[in-house]
Amino acid sequence: MKVKKDTGWKEMPLGGSVPEPGTSVEYDSGSWRTYRPIHDPEKCINCLRCWIMCPDSAILVEDAKVVGIDLEHCKGCGICAAECPPKVKAIKMVMEREAK
Amino acid sequence: MTTQVALTGNDAVAEAFRQINPDVAAVYPITPQTELMHAFAAFAADGVIDTELVTVESEHSAMSACVGASAAGARTVTASSSQGLALMWEILYIASSYRLPIAAAMVNRALSGPINIHCDHSDTMGARDCGWIQLFSEGSQEAYDNMIQAIRIAEHKDVLLPAMVTLDGFIISHTMESLEILDDAQVKEFIGEFEPVTNLLDVENPITMGPLHLTDFYFEAKRAQAEAMKRAMPVILEVAEEYAKLSGREYGLFEEYKLSDADVAVIVLGSAAGTAKVAVDGLREKGIKAGLLKLRVFRPFPGDEIVQAIAHVPAVAVMDRSVSFGLDGGPVFNEVRSFAYGRDIKLLSYIYGLGGRDVPVEHIDIVFNNLVKANEGKEVGTYNYVGVRE
Repeated sequence: MKVKKDTGWKEMPLGGSVPEPGTSVEYDSGSWRTYRPIHDPEKCINCLRCWIMCPDSAILVEDAKVVGIDLEHCKGCGICAAECPPKVKAIKMVMEREAK
Repeated sequence: MTTQVALTGNDAVAEAFRQINPDVAAVYPITPQTELMHAFAAFAADGVIDTELVTVESEHSAMSACVGASAAGARTVTASSSQGLALMWEILYIASSYRLPIAAAMVNRALSGPINIHCDHSDTMGARDCGWIQLFSEGSQEAYDNMIQAIRIAEHKDVLLPAMVTLDGFIISHTMESLEILDDAQVKEFIGEFEPVTNLLDVENPITMGPLHLTDFYFEAKRAQAEAMKRAMPVILEVAEEYAKLSGREYGLFEEYKLSDADVAVIVLGSAAGTAKVAVDGLREKGIKAGLLKLRVFRPFPGDEIVQAIAHVPAVAVMDRSVSFGLDGGPVFNEVRSFAYGRDIKLLSYIYGLGGRDVPVEHIDIVFNNLVKANEGKEVGTYNYVGVRE
């Protein structure tokens, strides 16, 4: 049952639970980012450490290659940039307001 | 096929738990509950039951583990008292708001301080807002019967709320009484298989339990929870009716003892009701039409039904075995009086038995004598204590 802004108490899911999986996909949680990761595909060696370590699963990967960042869920924690091997440094964090 | 046995209150409830054979029990000891779970742990150790016994480091963890287990689809039980229940406090609200049918035995013991290990109702009264169903027991038989019924009440699809069954610490928990217990097969059939409504282990239907609700949804969630507690009232009666067919013992929201023609009556919970019945009988012999209402179901509170039952009695005393500091009159008194608003009944409050202070028949006679005086138009204080040294 989809809970909407005008859902009355009688239609609330049992125990206030979210009764379906994967709903965070529909919710923009990237809006409170202060720093944004910028990925350079030229430097990237596709080791996928950033993808493994990202707490939000926000590193987008296709065919074992990093293709981008999910900016709707990336919170700018900078773990990806920190994990990128020192000799590669394919991700740098820039101020969100400058990146826009 | 029932068996007459002699058991302490703790052993009687442990026996009920044995027959219930829950999936999980997460427990931590505290006097006077300890022997209950100690006996139950022995059943687990002996392989007599299939229960996963989780021995945790505190009651906060015990209730947390119960929430986790119940959310994962396990029929879950626990027991505690006093400071133990108090330590569970924040999680009690979680259990009820997640609509988890956890069943617990609460062996009533006074809350510290001073530290006191004896009986009063301050512990469960302190949890009266948490959303748990509360059933009070007069003695071991009721504690045993209530515990079995609690499983059915809590798990009922219209309810799905945790339930606590009380028994007075030491007075009942440690006193040997004769009681009738059912067959293992009878209990098993009565409670049936647990059919969890929400189950975190159901990977076909993944859900999130306990997500954040902001200002736009919390209120609706609580309103729905309040409704569930209301629905518990008729369910409690339905389950009691079924249980009566099985056991021959009838239960309702409360027991009326010589109340129908009473001129003076007392409302009391727990073991003191037994003493009060003796007082009632003694007064009746002297020609005083005394009566008693022994409240069994405290949450949900059957206010209208109580008032209906005492409507014809001109003077009624509500005896509370706990105090709500800053409030005149005990908690049960205030709740009864609230529902009696507009009715022509003189209601008196008596706080008694705190910290296990003995409650002899003479003290209950004092209460009744004051009710008689009230009926005679004499000045009688509304807010009283009985049994405390002035």
